[in-house]
Amino acid sequence: MDGPFATAFSLIASGDPALMQIIGLSLRVTLAAVLIACVIGLPLGAALALARFPGRGAVIVVFNALMGLPPVVAGLVVYLLLSRSGPLGSLALLFTPTAMIIAQTVLILPIVVSLTRTVVEDLWAEYQEHLRSLGASRLRAVPTLLWDGRVSLLTGVLAGFGRASAEVGAVLIVGGNIAGHTRTMTTAITLETSRGNLGLAIALGIILLALTLTLNAAAWGAGEWARGRLG
Amino acid sequence: MGAGATGMSVARDPAASILPLSLEGVRYVAGGAALLSDISIRIEAGRRLMVMGANGAGKSLFLRICHGLIEPTAGRRRWASGEARASAQAMVFQRPVVLRRSVAANLEYPLALKRLPRSERRYLVACTLDRFGLTPLADRPARLLSGGEQQRLALARAWSMRPQVLFLDEPSSALDPSATRIIEEMVAQFSDEGMTIVMTTHDLGQARRLAQDVAFLHRGRLIEHRSAAEFFAGPETLEARAFLAGDLIW
Repeated sequence: MDGPFATAFSLIASGDPALMQIIGLSLRVTLAAVLIACVIGLPLGAALALARFPGRGAVIVVFNALMGLPPVVAGLVVYLLLSRSGPLGSLALLFTPTAMIIAQTVLILPIVVSLTRTVVEDLWAEYQEHLRSLGASRLRAVPTLLWDGRVSLLTGVLAGFGRASAEVGAVLIVGGNIAGHTRTMTTAITLETSRGNLGLAIALGIILLALTLTLNAAAWGAGEWARGRLG
Repeated sequence: MGAGATGMSVARDPAASILPLSLEGVRYVAGGAALLSDISIRIEAGRRLMVMGANGAGKSLFLRICHGLIEPTAGRRRWASGEARASAQAMVFQRPVVLRRSVAANLEYPLALKRLPRSERRYLVACTLDRFGLTPLADRPARLLSGGEQQRLALARAWSMRPQVLFLDEPSSALDPSATRIIEEMVAQFSDEGMTIVMTTHDLGQARRLAQDVAFLHRGRLIEHRSAAEFFAGPETLEARAFLAGDLIW
């Protein structure tokens, strides 16, 4: 089996520097986006679960809908914001990894917010009387509920990671797929495939698949472990 | 009104007692229906009051209004300490609520809410574990305990907060007889230590075992409030008599 597959395996086996650079950047961008989305999304989702205000239903619907936001549209919006004539153009972030992190955060945030809201709402229904009996305010209940929902929340965060690491549209638009600078696994696969350079594309595809598999195995394992350990 | 005799109070400083608790003309309306009407009662310190009545009589609602989880539509709830919602009280629910953490962490949580320093929390948790024989379970995830163990934990947690009054909403109705007996023993012990007990039950045997006073609710109205001896010897109202006789009353 000579050909693209052999090339792919030798690229992986030899730890090809270009390949490693692409993998490193992809992970850095996606992990940063997941982290930012959690810092914003966990408290926001919990607040949305506990707060009662006019228009709350509309906010929930919007976040649910945004979970299906096409990555290219997210990319376009961030592009418009960051482009030279856009409101944030002066920051000169377009075609940088930072722009890609922003775009992926926009993609992950609705997942984290919506999932957190559901988890925290269910827990609040269960704990509400007890926590109020102990004198805990709604605000004080937020960290308690987030901690008690940690297993379910982890699954959601991993779903967010999966979405971000697999998408190509947003990072392509705002990153520009510049070799050695903003080229990620997905954008590289797109480009190398269209060029007919299948070896690198397949190598990246294998790594992306392995990453997804590992993550899902970790999520499943964590869930099973927690069910047995925490009840 | 109740037998009036006050037992010893848990409060070290009598001036700090939050009891008696008075409800004055309390009414609660939901969805156009009056679920509680004209409830006036004085709950004295140091007594064991059993709140009895058929399903839907308003027992749980009564307890929640006393505890301050629900505000009455009309009427007043008044603590002797003048607080809007007294802090020296605790409540145990029918289905034990335990957090998804260890037994020890469940005990520590309310103490942390009260902003007790860590060393004091640790000490109180250790005392509580020891007193209720929970030390071997300290590191076990509380959600994996049996129903009876979870309810024991819930009672131990309530005790560790040193409330002057403890409200219990059918604490053993989901438990088997041996777990029920343990819960009843705990309630009796708390009472012996001077804690005021207000508990709902529809279990007549349990009420006979634990009650010093009885409040009998019927269709959202408090129709009897007397000493247990008097109540069980011969209730004044037809409804209570029928209830004791085991008849279904509506």
